[in-house]
Amino acid sequence: MKLEIRGLTKRFGTFTANDRIDLTVEPGQIHCLLGENGAGKSTLMNMLYGLLDPTEGEILVDGEPVTFASPSGAIDAGIGMVHQHFMLVPVFTVAENVMLGREHTRGAGVLNRREAARVVRELSERYGLAVDPNSLVGELPVGVQQRVEIIKALSHDAKVLILDEPTAVLTPQEIDELMDIMRSLKEQGTSIIFITHKLREVKAVGDVITVIRRGRVVGSAPPSTPETELAEMMVGREVNLVVDKAPAKTGETVLEVSGVTVVDPRGHQVVKDVSFVAKAGEVLGIAGVQGNGQTELIKSLLGLVRPETGKILLDGEDISRYSPRDSLDAGIGYVPEDRSHDGYVASFSVRENLVLDLYRSDAFANGPALKLDAIRENAESRIKEFDIRTESAESPVSSLSGGNQQKVVVAREFSRSLKALIASQPTRGVDVGSIEFIHKRIISERDNGTAVIIVSTELDEIYALSDRIAVMYDGRIVGTVSPDIKREDIGLMMAGAREVPADQEATA
Amino acid sequence: MSEHRKGPSDGAEPPDQASGSNKEQWTDLQQEAKAKLETGRAGDDPDPNADGESADLRSPITWLPTVVETLVAVALALVIGAVLIALSERKVIEAMPYIFSYPQDFFRESWDAISSSYAALVKGAIGSGSAIGTTVERSAPLICAGLGVSLAFRAGLFNIGAQGQLIIGAMLAGYVGFSWDLPAGIHLLAAFTAALLGGAAWGAISGVLKAQTGAHEVITTIMLNFLAGSVLLYALSKEAFQREGSDNRLSPPANESARFADVVGNTHWGVILAFLAAIVVWWLLERSTLGFEIRAVGANPDAARTAGMSVPKIYTLAMLIAGLLAGLAATMSVLGRGDSLSPTMAGTIGFDAITVALLGRATPLGTVLAGLLFGALAVGGVAMQASAASTPKELTQVLQALIVLFVAAPAFVRGITRMRAQGSDSALMAKGW
Amino acid sequence: MAIATAISDEGAVDLRDRADVSRQIKLVVVFGLVVALLVWFALTIENSTVLYTLGERISKETPAKEVNGQALAWGAVAVAVVALLLAAVNKVPRGGLGILVFVLVGLAFFTGFLVWNYADQDLGRPLAMVNPLPGTMRLATPLVFGALAGCLCERAGVINIAIEGQLLMGAFFASVASSAFYSAEMGLLGGIAAGVAMAWMLGIFALRYQVNQVVLGVVLIAFASGLTAFMLSQIPDDYKQYFNEPLVLERIAVPVLSDIPILGGPLFNQTLLVYLMYVAVFLVTFLLFETKWGLRVRAVGEHPMAADTVGIKVNRVRWQAVLFGGVFAGLGGAYFTVGSTGSFDNDASAGNGFIALAAVIMGRWHPIGATFAALFFGFTWTLQAQLQVLDKIPGELLRASPYLATIIAVAGFVGRVRPPAADGVPYVKS
Repeated sequence: MKLEIRGLTKRFGTFTANDRIDLTVEPGQIHCLLGENGAGKSTLMNMLYGLLDPTEGEILVDGEPVTFASPSGAIDAGIGMVHQHFMLVPVFTVAENVMLGREHTRGAGVLNRREAARVVRELSERYGLAVDPNSLVGELPVGVQQRVEIIKALSHDAKVLILDEPTAVLTPQEIDELMDIMRSLKEQGTSIIFITHKLREVKAVGDVITVIRRGRVVGSAPPSTPETELAEMMVGREVNLVVDKAPAKTGETVLEVSGVTVVDPRGHQVVKDVSFVAKAGEVLGIAGVQGNGQTELIKSLLGLVRPETGKILLDGEDISRYSPRDSLDAGIGYVPEDRSHDGYVASFSVRENLVLDLYRSDAFANGPALKLDAIRENAESRIKEFDIRTESAESPVSSLSGGNQQKVVVAREFSRSLKALIASQPTRGVDVGSIEFIHKRIISERDNGTAVIIVSTELDEIYALSDRIAVMYDGRIVGTVSPDIKREDIGLMMAGAREVPADQEATA
Repeated sequence: MSEHRKGPSDGAEPPDQASGSNKEQWTDLQQEAKAKLETGRAGDDPDPNADGESADLRSPITWLPTVVETLVAVALALVIGAVLIALSERKVIEAMPYIFSYPQDFFRESWDAISSSYAALVKGAIGSGSAIGTTVERSAPLICAGLGVSLAFRAGLFNIGAQGQLIIGAMLAGYVGFSWDLPAGIHLLAAFTAALLGGAAWGAISGVLKAQTGAHEVITTIMLNFLAGSVLLYALSKEAFQREGSDNRLSPPANESARFADVVGNTHWGVILAFLAAIVVWWLLERSTLGFEIRAVGANPDAARTAGMSVPKIYTLAMLIAGLLAGLAATMSVLGRGDSLSPTMAGTIGFDAITVALLGRATPLGTVLAGLLFGALAVGGVAMQASAASTPKELTQVLQALIVLFVAAPAFVRGITRMRAQGSDSALMAKGW
Repeated sequence: MAIATAISDEGAVDLRDRADVSRQIKLVVVFGLVVALLVWFALTIENSTVLYTLGERISKETPAKEVNGQALAWGAVAVAVVALLLAAVNKVPRGGLGILVFVLVGLAFFTGFLVWNYADQDLGRPLAMVNPLPGTMRLATPLVFGALAGCLCERAGVINIAIEGQLLMGAFFASVASSAFYSAEMGLLGGIAAGVAMAWMLGIFALRYQVNQVVLGVVLIAFASGLTAFMLSQIPDDYKQYFNEPLVLERIAVPVLSDIPILGGPLFNQTLLVYLMYVAVFLVTFLLFETKWGLRVRAVGEHPMAADTVGIKVNRVRWQAVLFGGVFAGLGGAYFTVGSTGSFDNDASAGNGFIALAAVIMGRWHPIGATFAALFFGFTWTLQAQLQVLDKIPGELLRASPYLATIIAVAGFVGRVRPPAADGVPYVKS
């Protein structure tokens, strides 16, 4: 099947997400769509899959123009999609998820679960996608859930498979497995549109690369194109890999974590006997694939979850039993992993969010009454200092772009004197300009003598900021290394290999 | 797309190689971004979380209805009420079979019924000084209890329990009022305090249960309403609560020494307290650190917790204050009008308070205005029943429900009247449980 | 979450699970209380003879018999003590067997409680313990119907607080239809029509206009209560027979089945409405969990976008579930007029809709669970009616026991129950 897109445009109000996009996917081709965060790749694919109506332009299947009013139209035309956020019902079994929408019945609408399970088994054998049709999807590891998504698309006889950022949640090894699956699908005649922002993956598996920037196609390139060139096309200017920073002037130990174990509400030990130290004036990066206990670990540092065992010493004071308020008062700064969930109150104004954890301090409150003038002045100066782009200080934070929302959170946390700063995914979903700004501020905070802990699933960010790198896998720290370790070695550690090359062991 | 409302921020795709060290590049980028800001948005895609969260029930900024929309909603409810009045008039029904031959009969009879009913309604509610006094007096408990519901709303709690809180408050105020013997001012103060404490304690139960066990407040407050009713019945079956020499479930009224004095006519000082309470609640919500916490917890409990606020404490406090305000509502009847305790004494004030708070969009000023409107409808309804058309006062309850319904559905009102969209479409849209 | 299970036990620290500890403490406290109360009951019984009958009242077919109350009470103590010991060593099984333990302890408690109530009567003529099942079935009927409506709506992702309003409207129009057509069965149809009409209002405002569904429910209740009161007051006395003097459903005894001892009468000598309830519980359960339609209903309630991406029309499925739920809510309403007392009175449903809502939540959004919760409420009400006469416990407090039980259950055991993930979230495509 040949898929063509001609002049496809999507506008949301005055904002143009996609501007006259042209794209041709030949049968049996892996077509990579490369672009920065917010470049408009997902919008394009949602139009292709019938989830969004195009403002202008047309889609052609085998030369015939088609319109999809809903995803079922796209499915019928042979287009399948694996979404970045899986479209799976967690409380359903694999078989139920796969048959949803095209249910196998015994007639009269009664489900035939056995037939559904058989179909899953057949597809999983044919394409080498190991999965048990009767297990509950919510209890499967993320990598397996992704396989379920692929099986679901294939069960609808997809001829063109769209994979939207499929590698974001996978370990390096799982990514390799996915690449193999993609190649085997290609051999059996399925075309694949592979959406990503990771250059290595594009080069490893792509036949053709189309680069999108700010909603426009900026060019096509063969996979042999050098990485730097692709990056330049993607970002629109020359990019540099490293953050400009002086060597760390490491001081005393500020934060000492020893033997911390955290149990989640379901009774699983998600952090197991973790110990590390963070010193004044250094950045400790915690690397690892999403879901290996980093989230719970830093939550326990702030007191959002109480560790079952272990001590957390901040300047010698055990804060492991502290409430979040006590921890904040003790000098911990905290940038949460998911800003819209934990970092700000969307309906509150920028002004209010800038004092969300400071409103009780003498600077902003007079006993039970808020000092509105002080809060107003604080907002004016922070907005200027952190270059927060907002219509006014009274606009709700929800009206800001992701990068500026993150700046509000960062500005707030940096506006008091800290002993230790804990920042999780500090630049997730943020544009390049804001990333550079936030990275600079983090380094300057380090240079002020704060102990900084950065948790990130992006190795590039870890490399750019860290003075030492701790790698987490399966709730444990499998090793602490210096940032000149090779990517492959750190990849192995992220997948659980505990052997650290001797010369790489960092001095803690 | 609704899914975006809950999921982590979409498009978590930090660029691979994006860390400029070059000063010139940095300024370049800033200028570029500035240019973009002027044309529309800076940086990246609009945050998909934005619309969902800002449309939250607990953030009044986004759902303050336009005055016009509220007026249209009221008008629409009155139109439907008019149809009901016409249909309930026997003469209109009798004219119906001849509607094609003698349409004027049908329309004349309808018009007579509708106009006389509504005229009586308006006249009864605000037609004279004493009518206005009665309306204000009737509104006072609605305003107090409505403020309690509003405040809980702002903390993200749906307090259906005003009824129960009010009953317990009334019970205690009544008991102190008729069985204790104290000097005038002190007696009033004691009975008044008892009402507030009773309501607060009853409200706090739901707050504590929510905070400690996660039990949903809608369920616990409903059950506590029934429970309060049972407690009242039990008390009224005891001699201590009954009138001397009577076995009826009726208590004596509070002693004069425990009653609010009258301001003018039969309007007592308690009414003033209702309006003062609105001001206090406004200050609390908008100007105090506690209010800041209440609003933050209501809009995003996770972020509030991360910012060091104690969500359980706020849940407990919010329900406690809500109960206290319901207790204040109880003093209006027991210590104001001097009502006796009886199984039906609370009427439907607690439930009307919910609709008052909803119509007032959980803001103190809105609650006061909505309380006055509902008070006027209740007082006018009695006059309407006594009017020539003898339209039953239950009609006002239908009107109240319709008004709130239409205010909560601005899209519906606009669809009917072909009004242009002005504010946020998603007025009272939010996730429920 | 998936991530959590992805984490293996490798390198785990040897710890005791906190949830397990709190479960043990909870069980020991509860079972301990039960044992203490039962021992007190057993000790305070002086005259050990207690009368009982298997019927709903003493009659020729169901004569009163005697039983040794003290022995029964001590038997109940024994059962509770065994459970307490199990809890103390943390060996109370989970799953099906665990439920059996709870049921046994519950039965033991009620046995002891009943015996204590009926023993040592100082009334002139001794009263006999009667079979609580018939009353339970009757009182539970509207609750079960209401809860089924709630389950259907909420499984599809639409919060239905308005069950009370649906019941009220159903009750009123069942009465009107039965009176006007002079047929109790037509009354049921009238109830269904009213229930569906209320469901339609719920659908219009929740699905088309995306009004907050909790708010909407409260408003619809106020609307229904006002409208029924208004209409009732509009019925002129001379027309009453055509509008509000309904025929009431007759009892129909199912041959053979109704002769089963103890259970037969209460279960199979009932009105058409009760038999419809049996069918409805089975039907809703089967539809939700074994059919294509049910799979889609649950999918739109859990993850509407996932359903949309495979071509399911989310709002259409939600509409179907809401309207179908209205059928049952209407039938439940009909109970209050044609199913029991006859003519409609103001506030006829008397808060049953709220209890049905509690049953939905206590039953964890499962029709079978909700049915058992509804039966539990019916049982406590029946008990209250019986024990009130004995005057050992004030009737007003007994009347409150279902509400208290709900609070304890929701706070202590059900706690943070998980509603369907997308319950109450409108689905809007951009």
